[in-house]
Amino acid sequence: MMKTKYMNPYLAGVLLGLVLLMAFFFSGRGLGASGAVKSVVVSAVNVVAPEHTANSSYYSKYVGEGKSPMKAWLVFEMIGVLVGGFLSGAFSGRLKWKVEHFPKITANRRLVFAGIGGILFGFGSQLGRGCTSGSALSGMASLSVAGFVSMMAIFGTAFALAFFFRKNWI
Amino acid sequence: MGPLVPQEIIGADWNLLIAFVIGIGFGFVLEQAGFSSSRKLAGMFYGYDTVVLKVFFTGAITAMLGLLFFSLFGWIDLNLIYVNPTFMGSAIVGGVIMGAGFIIGGFCPGTSVCAAAIGKIDAMVFIGGIFLGIFFFAEGFPLLKDFYMSGSMGPLKVSDVLGISGGVMALLVIIAALIMFKLGELAEKRWPREEY
Repeated sequence: MMKTKYMNPYLAGVLLGLVLLMAFFFSGRGLGASGAVKSVVVSAVNVVAPEHTANSSYYSKYVGEGKSPMKAWLVFEMIGVLVGGFLSGAFSGRLKWKVEHFPKITANRRLVFAGIGGILFGFGSQLGRGCTSGSALSGMASLSVAGFVSMMAIFGTAFALAFFFRKNWI
Repeated sequence: MGPLVPQEIIGADWNLLIAFVIGIGFGFVLEQAGFSSSRKLAGMFYGYDTVVLKVFFTGAITAMLGLLFFSLFGWIDLNLIYVNPTFMGSAIVGGVIMGAGFIIGGFCPGTSVCAAAIGKIDAMVFIGGIFLGIFFFAEGFPLLKDFYMSGSMGPLKVSDVLGISGGVMALLVIIAALIMFKLGELAEKRWPREEY
């Protein structure tokens, strides 16, 4: 299949903004991502150790009588992201199993760093009450202080640390 | 008129279906923009590809202006829009940890799911990491709770802090973005890359 090029970034940005605007207009809230993984974590722990979730000050907020953590807005939105991403990849000929990495590092090294980065991002998203989508992007659109603070902390730190991880990327 | 679900113009039963449809649009746009590639995303921090800057800020500004105009036309009640509350300490430290995760892992949560959808195995490992990271936070919550709740300022808006209107605030963000877009274009010329 022929590969097609990526969309013009400014056009993609306008479309992303319109999707976000529709989320506000229909549901009164912005987009998100890490919250959906939180629902999966809570549900998984609840299946394995229901007594633990009932007694924990963290999990007990999300489980119990009449509460189902998977029936959440962000869970359905992220299932949509999987479908939308897949459709776009199919449409542009980019569906392929691969470990994408800078040619001068091994695939295994890339996977180890991806795992460590994921752990940090997951932890930080809970402490910071949302990730790049939920706190930074949606927060900035609604002019929230938290949105601007998240954006500057995330991007500022990534820039500040870029030098130390340059061998992985350039 | 809007937001439609909170005002019960559309029944709450529809909300999850709406979330799913909006998610499809979100995932499709992210993938078309190239956010399914960690090398494109990381390019932001080395100057060879500033697609993150352009898409992120154009998106935030479009939605920001959309909300302001919808409010002006009486199409949406901004008081019913969720504004994420500010807890200054945890927002900064959480953001710093996320920033480290970004440069080390090459994704953020939304982009990793989008990349996993087209078969990127590194993205799937990243998602496994997110799962673990959230699990660690949940288990450590009793120790973190005091810090997590500190510096509570409520759903504070930047425009209120600065004492300016939402429109003037949006204008300032647009000016800042235009300057950054120009810098991004210059950086891409300075550090060219091959297409992948």
